[in-house]
Amino acid sequence: MTTQVFKIADSFKKNVKYTFCPGCDHGVAVRLVAEVIDELGIRENAIVAAAIGCSVTIYDFLNIDALESPHGRAMAVATGIKRAKPDKFVFTYQGDGDFASIGWAESMHAGLRGEKISSICINNTTFGMTGGQLGPTTMMGQVTTTSPTGRNPEYYGYPIKMAEHMALCDGVAYSARVSLDSVPNIRKAKQAIKKAFEVQLQGLGLGFVEILAGCPTNWRMSPAQAHDRVRDEMMQTFKPGVYKDVTADIK
Amino acid sequence: MVVECLTGKKVLMKGNYAIAQAAVLAGCECYFGYPITPQSEIGEYLSGKMQELGRAYVSAESELAAINMVIGACSTGAKAMTSSSSCAVSLMQEGISYACTDELPVVLVSVMRGGPGLGNIYPSQGDYYQSTKGGGNGDYRTIVLAPSTVQECADLTYKAFYLAHKYKNPTILLADGLLGQMMEPVEFKPYPYSEIENSDWALSGAKGREPRIIRSYGPLAEDRCEFLEKLFEKYKAIEENETLWEENDTDDADVVLVSFGSTSRNVNTAAKLLRAKGLKVGTFRPITLFPFPSKRLAELAKRVKMFVSVEVNMGQMIDDVKLAVNGLVPVELVHKGVGAPPDPEDIAAQVEGLL
Repeated sequence: MTTQVFKIADSFKKNVKYTFCPGCDHGVAVRLVAEVIDELGIRENAIVAAAIGCSVTIYDFLNIDALESPHGRAMAVATGIKRAKPDKFVFTYQGDGDFASIGWAESMHAGLRGEKISSICINNTTFGMTGGQLGPTTMMGQVTTTSPTGRNPEYYGYPIKMAEHMALCDGVAYSARVSLDSVPNIRKAKQAIKKAFEVQLQGLGLGFVEILAGCPTNWRMSPAQAHDRVRDEMMQTFKPGVYKDVTADIK
Repeated sequence: MVVECLTGKKVLMKGNYAIAQAAVLAGCECYFGYPITPQSEIGEYLSGKMQELGRAYVSAESELAAINMVIGACSTGAKAMTSSSSCAVSLMQEGISYACTDELPVVLVSVMRGGPGLGNIYPSQGDYYQSTKGGGNGDYRTIVLAPSTVQECADLTYKAFYLAHKYKNPTILLADGLLGQMMEPVEFKPYPYSEIENSDWALSGAKGREPRIIRSYGPLAEDRCEFLEKLFEKYKAIEENETLWEENDTDDADVVLVSFGSTSRNVNTAAKLLRAKGLKVGTFRPITLFPFPSKRLAELAKRVKMFVSVEVNMGQMIDDVKLAVNGLVPVELVHKGVGAPPDPEDIAAQVEGLL
């Protein structure tokens, strides 16, 4: 007798070429999104607004309709989809550069309008696809290709805390930060994604999850070292937790 | 100000309101916009009307957001639009380029004001280049319709929705501050075009079919070449099927005055003044700026002695007139940098000076 302990989600395309770098946490994040879509039974009703950066390839992996947004505009594009078709399940899958640098206005205002959409944002403290430049989430002291002596506030300013900021928007129903550094945290991340999707389905407002993820290629680290960095450094600055959950008040 | 939906009856209305009301009657389901003079009445009118009708209205945080919201809505096959003016249309160029390669039925109303930069709020035709040549990156074309009356503002708004959906291509209604702000009688006839089927491409959730991806990214050079060839076949079809213009007294004309939009009205009067003086003057008004009526101008160039492009800018459309005429006869410019069109007497005097 055999017991199935793992199944590739139906929402994950079959026989796709894996295009992320070895050890990149995007793969885990996309898998979690696919599993949540399956569990909520929303695959056939879902539309994703893909973004620009490493996250854009989500449409190569997910078995759902997709629209590729210009850089930073995923939240505006998702707003348009949802306003045109309020019965569809609409979400964005973005990186921190897309969401919080070039797209910060779109992200905040979608939250302030209380758009009934969900947003998953990968925070890996760098611009990944372009080769590891300083981004909005680059940590103090972090060396990147455009901060060769490390991020210092006089020269580069400070990193943004997306989950806390989104929680301040009155139209946001759920905002959380999770990490993919370990199995227990990956399980928590999946719960958060599910919650961010559920608040949309319940019509409560915008659901947001910031996911701390390793970028071994641009950090010049092994995958294991990258996860150590997520845990030992990132999670100290970007503290995981639920920053807003309107359903907690409802209970 | 709210004007009632009236069909089959003339009402006195500002151009901006006429455009907004026509959008409602064309079945526009979503409006996304950000205020800018001289077109803010479009958003003001639609904010109330769309709510009343249970349609979508969003006060976007910027023009960047607005055009991308239109892109999102159009990806589902919905009729959606935004409206703006000059320096703010500049902010939308990225989205327009994307929408062209995404092949989405975006409708943009562009009510021109003075430029460049912030310019001023006087009428202008300074965005002929911006509309027809594109401010975004890469090879693309937008369909551009240029009304010259408030009635045409309404009629061409209908047509903008029709052509955008027929060709899955961004379509610009290019008006100016004069048309947007002036009042004229306008009659709203029922939307005269058939609805375009979109169930074979629009995003609706992958129920019982393969997922659809609408994207602009073309990673392989060869594939991109093929895509661009196809895109330009579409533009060729648009040129063949949709080119529109109006011409008057060109049969025996020695001189043809070419102008578009509100300027054409003073140009028509100027031509009459010149005819009264015994000069054989005709007028030619492109209604579609892309596709530009080049073929007809080339035909006229075989027997006309001179073309004069009359524009409220520093001379932009004249480039297309020259390309069409291809050096057969002289093409001169009568222009004013910004503001209301020059008076008919001024135009007539300047044209006479060229003879």
